[in-house]
Amino acid sequence: MSNPTSHAPSAPKLFGILAEFGSPADVHSAAKKIRDAGYKKWDVHSPFPIHGIETAMGLGDSKLGWIAFFCACAGAFGGFSMQFWIHKYAYPLLIGGKPMIAYPAYVPVTFEPGILFTALGCILGMLILNGLPRLYHPTFKSENFKKFSDNGFFVTIETKDPLFKNVEATRSFLQSIGARNIEVLED
Amino acid sequence: MILHRDDDPAKRPILVETGDFHKVTNIIAGPTEARFNLTWAILLMLTGSLLCLMVALFGYLFWEGIGLWGVNSSVSWGWAIVNFVWWIGIGHAGTLISAILFLFRQKWRTAINRFSEAMTIFAVMCAGVFPAFHVGRVWVVYYIFPLPNQMQAWPNTRSPLFWDVFAVSTYFTVSVLFWYMGLIPDLATLRDRATTKVKQAILGIFAVGWRGSARHWQNYERAYLILAAIATPLVLSVHSIVSFDFAASKVPGWHTTIFPPYFVAGAVFSGFALVSTLLIVAREVFGLKEVVRMHHLENMNKFMLLTGSIVGYAYAMELFIAWYSGSVYERFAFYHRALGTYWWAYASMVSCNVLVPQLFWFRSIRRNIPIMFIMTIFINIGMWFERFVIVITLHASFLPSSWGYFRPTWVDIFTFVGTFGLFGTFFLLFLKFLPQLAISEVKGVMPESSPHHGHANH
Repeated sequence: MSNPTSHAPSAPKLFGILAEFGSPADVHSAAKKIRDAGYKKWDVHSPFPIHGIETAMGLGDSKLGWIAFFCACAGAFGGFSMQFWIHKYAYPLLIGGKPMIAYPAYVPVTFEPGILFTALGCILGMLILNGLPRLYHPTFKSENFKKFSDNGFFVTIETKDPLFKNVEATRSFLQSIGARNIEVLED
Repeated sequence: MILHRDDDPAKRPILVETGDFHKVTNIIAGPTEARFNLTWAILLMLTGSLLCLMVALFGYLFWEGIGLWGVNSSVSWGWAIVNFVWWIGIGHAGTLISAILFLFRQKWRTAINRFSEAMTIFAVMCAGVFPAFHVGRVWVVYYIFPLPNQMQAWPNTRSPLFWDVFAVSTYFTVSVLFWYMGLIPDLATLRDRATTKVKQAILGIFAVGWRGSARHWQNYERAYLILAAIATPLVLSVHSIVSFDFAASKVPGWHTTIFPPYFVAGAVFSGFALVSTLLIVAREVFGLKEVVRMHHLENMNKFMLLTGSIVGYAYAMELFIAWYSGSVYERFAFYHRALGTYWWAYASMVSCNVLVPQLFWFRSIRRNIPIMFIMTIFINIGMWFERFVIVITLHASFLPSSWGYFRPTWVDIFTFVGTFGLFGTFFLLFLKFLPQLAISEVKGVMPESSPHHGHANH
């Protein structure tokens, strides 16, 4: 705020710094160094999940299991109570002399919605936790970044990170841990 | 670690050995960008014509009513239900193969998982159209769902037919989600390689803005694991529930407790057979020999031997229990099934499903492509006859005065043939426009993907 140039319309807002690494092994060891340096708002981009990268980055466990578990319970409960409600209140029709609350016969339609909701919870939960769909992202401005889905391994450090002082300091830090093709990303 | 037997290089897809991620991307994504080849176009024209035939015949049926089919008052299920159970059975192998092999960390699954998941989805679509039209008034087919309606009526949720609606629709939805989720990173690859704006926009939307973030991969991998874990019991439940359509009735020959496991084994059996048939063709047409190796086909053949033998055991056990029950009706039903009017269907079923797969005890036959191909066709025919034999039990019902001979009409036959068009068209479109193998997964099982790769050389 104190810097007058940031108010100028010509000065673009910065998102962060993009750096490329040569291999999964390189980006894995770089991640450990970035974690140990204390950065918080940063990320690794790779064409496939790198084994053990979450520990190297110091990430916590995924919360997705809880979402799936909650959805499984909701689906199973919903399935069972729908059947109970239909036969007890909405439409108590006697068929084949079967009891209305024939709970063994409710098992399939308790199980199936449980599975269905779990699956929906998994994919929607994954998208929501990841903030997707998000068709625009500053990284997409970089032509080099297109390699992330092929054979490129990248690190981004955001300007919002408390340790981010200026572009030069971060750039030289990244260079010191083996980065190449360093780019500054506009927001 | 014991499960990592496929660390043997001869058993891995050769692709994994290339040692170059970019090459892998090119090999798998390349065909989706190339001009179509002639074989593909001819096959598509063929399946497209069959699809038109199916649509036309369903249109005819829609207009005239299901009297066009051979169904009559004792065999009210006819070919429609035979085809439904057959197709849904085919659809069982895909998700099962993919999910179980994933849970057991079998790396070779990358060779066949995308393929078999796609097959599942298209087979379930083919299955779904039959009961939808068989209800008679397809324009009110939504009555099968528990939806509020002006009659204030609700379905009977204690009926196996209602369970079936839930089982099949859940199975279809979960299979599509499982498949789509696996596709997201690969769609991002295609998006980043796209050369035109339109392609980029379409692929971009379906790739949901995937940017390979490690934080995203973490949630993604967890979601994939949970989906695989729930897909496995789901597969087993679906065909069990399909078997309840029969087993929960009081028809002699249907009312047996062996039906659920027997149906599941049969479904996996026929599903593996069709996956093999298609893989053998696709290996030739699309040059996948480097990916789908003899070892994979041999594994599938062993599976067919196992499930075929389970099915054979079930046939024997049915006969034994019919005799052991002491019920004249049960005994008659099975006597009539094996030696009565439709003895030829029973004989085809036993020879195709029980006798033919026994050849897979020989290693040379398990590794012989032409013989294997013919055998998988036989198995698929046999499994169709199995469902026919079961459904046709109805022709000799409780009232001997209503006994008759069921005959399919030409509409029955060509509608069934037409569903191959539906299946084939979608399958060919998939082969052309989407990556046939999971790009990110293939890369993930390459030795170079390990963060410790090459450290021994340092």
